[in-house]
Amino acid sequence: MNFNFIKYRKIYFIFSGILILGSLICLLIFGLKPGIDFTGGSIMELEYKAERPSNQEIREKLKDFGLGEISVQPTEERGVILKMKEIDEDTHQKIIQKLGEIEERRFESIGPTIGKELKRKTKVVVVLSLISMLLYIAFAFRKVSRPVKSWQYGIVSLFILSHDVLMPLGIFSILGKFYDVQITIPLIVALLTVVGYAINNVVVVFDRIRENLIKRTLISFEEISNLALNQTLTRQINTSLTTLFPLFFIFFIGGETLKYFALALILGILFGLYSSIFLASPILVNWLKWKERK
Amino acid sequence: MMSKRKNYLIIFLILLLASFTANLSYPEYFDQGVDFLNWKFNLKLPHFWEKPFKLGLDLQGGSHLVYEADLSQIEEKEIGNAMQGLRDVIERRVNYFGVQEPIVQVQGERLIVELAGIVDQAEAIKEIGKTPFLEFKELKPEDVVKKIEEKRKEIEGKTMEEIQQIPDWQLAFEDPFQSTPLTGKYLQKAEFNLDQTTYKPIISLQFNDEGAKLFEEITARNVNKPLAVYLDNQLTQAPVVKEKITGGKAQITGDFTVDEARKRVQELNAGALPVPIKLISQQNVGPVLGKIALSQSLKAGILGFLAVILFMILFYRLPGIISSLVLGIYIFFILAFFKLIPVTLTLAGIGGFILSIGMAIDANVLIFARMREELREGKSFSVSVEEGFRRAWPAIRDGNFTTLIVAAILFGFGSSFVKGFALTLSLGIMLSMFSAIFVTKNFLRIFEGTKFEKINWLWR
Repeated sequence: MNFNFIKYRKIYFIFSGILILGSLICLLIFGLKPGIDFTGGSIMELEYKAERPSNQEIREKLKDFGLGEISVQPTEERGVILKMKEIDEDTHQKIIQKLGEIEERRFESIGPTIGKELKRKTKVVVVLSLISMLLYIAFAFRKVSRPVKSWQYGIVSLFILSHDVLMPLGIFSILGKFYDVQITIPLIVALLTVVGYAINNVVVVFDRIRENLIKRTLISFEEISNLALNQTLTRQINTSLTTLFPLFFIFFIGGETLKYFALALILGILFGLYSSIFLASPILVNWLKWKERK
Repeated sequence: MMSKRKNYLIIFLILLLASFTANLSYPEYFDQGVDFLNWKFNLKLPHFWEKPFKLGLDLQGGSHLVYEADLSQIEEKEIGNAMQGLRDVIERRVNYFGVQEPIVQVQGERLIVELAGIVDQAEAIKEIGKTPFLEFKELKPEDVVKKIEEKRKEIEGKTMEEIQQIPDWQLAFEDPFQSTPLTGKYLQKAEFNLDQTTYKPIISLQFNDEGAKLFEEITARNVNKPLAVYLDNQLTQAPVVKEKITGGKAQITGDFTVDEARKRVQELNAGALPVPIKLISQQNVGPVLGKIALSQSLKAGILGFLAVILFMILFYRLPGIISSLVLGIYIFFILAFFKLIPVTLTLAGIGGFILSIGMAIDANVLIFARMREELREGKSFSVSVEEGFRRAWPAIRDGNFTTLIVAAILFGFGSSFVKGFALTLSLGIMLSMFSAIFVTKNFLRIFEGTKFEKINWLWR
């Protein structure tokens, strides 16, 4: 099997261009919905012993507490997840009493100072991870040369990495707008893991290109890249699949806490698979051709 | 090339270790077998070494509480001491709850309390917060006190509305007392007594050396002035100091019943907080949700594992079977690791572990893909195995390296969710590199020089 991936690169570029643009527009218009990890606030997960009242009734009961905007999200048969601003222990106990026959399964209340702190820490972690990945790329491709320079591999890897994170973020901004999915720390962790993964995928392909460049000097860079893609294709798909299987199970039956964590990983890995095959090498080839023409 | 004999020895050792770790991670089957033998032959064989998994708060239920200490009254250089004192007191309190291995930790101006498996979380929070805050206060400078008293006279007998017409009326409600450095931090013990003449309950306090010195200084400068005793920010009494008191003994004779006084003494002994605290964040997980989360994530893990090995066997045939076997061994190894270290397993940790299953297989995928290529080029079986490992190694190393870097940075992040994930993921990656390379290689070598290596459809 030898598929000519490089040949149809214009199609992928147009397709991805539309996706990237769409993601950016979604992010600009909808933004991301920060979770209580970052803003402070509280989450209460309850189960009603008898029948669950309607969302409206629950809101009505909590009106007197002056809680501002409350999100009421029914789960399973008789459960409810309430999200609201930060409350103290007194108010918490009063709310439990007011709601009547319930069992509280989970309660989290995070003060705004902690939220701010987590936000700052998260920024540090994100920046540190990105810098270390950049250093890694620079290190991994330090010896490559001709016809593509090592820094060009670096730039392309960086682009791929941004792509792999941007796509899930775009989707999460849509989910945030329409399904109230929030950006929480687990989600950030998932996306950072995706970054590590994305680099890994790209490195595997570029490594092959490097190996082929040494072994076969007679064919063109385009052919060499295409050969590398075909050689690594099975590995790319299989590795992604074996990671995706467990993640799908976590997403569907692994429970509420890990659900969107798994989804972020799934999206990141899928887009990572796509970009490492259809974007990374085609961009390199195009870059080279464009330079030659000049 | 390695001799066959050494190969078999290594395989034997690996299998031995695998069966040990398998029984360690799930001793039920072994124990059932032992029970059966004991019953059948009337033996007294022991059960397997039992060591439970250490579950995090989110899986067994529990509370994670973050308190912030109000250090505004504490001098900068005393902060460390005050926080240590606070920790000791809360630790004593928490120990009454009967929770296994409660955690009380100081982080800067914060106190983190973790109570795993606590059932009545609301009661626990109440108890921790209720610890009495004992404080001695002296009068503010004379002119200030005078002004306050004057204002108080001025507003006497007036309604609230009238009062608000008076300039500076707020002054009347100001506390004429101001804090002194003497607080419950310096308390050595409290005792319950009855006054010999009035039979009213008395709380006797004994300060430690430092506290005694402070008490002496404070009483010395407040002779013929009242010294107020505050419990939980409530004024209990303000007796007038007659003379300087040395020796660090004090008595509180507030207006309480015998029962109240006894309870106070108990609380004071359990610990008067050296500084006031405020609960700024809490995460409570009920035991039911913890159990559900555990079973859900385990189910997801098992199904994910089955899906992976099914895929591997269908796609890679005999090597697929080998890698499934290796993956199984890897899982036993890492579960034993979790028990032995021990790693506190949280939901995030299980997430990291399940993710590592997929990544563990990645090394095998890379190796087998290379091996197939070599076989297709017509190389012999043993050469293909060697080449497959040699050529796949850089990619395996690089790939795991990037994930390890990210995991290391995440581990430094501090939040417990993130740490749990980073820890199990990096442990998983390191262990899986060992199993995927060393164990797989030895298993493949069994087939060297046998009939199997000639059967092409098994390998390609």
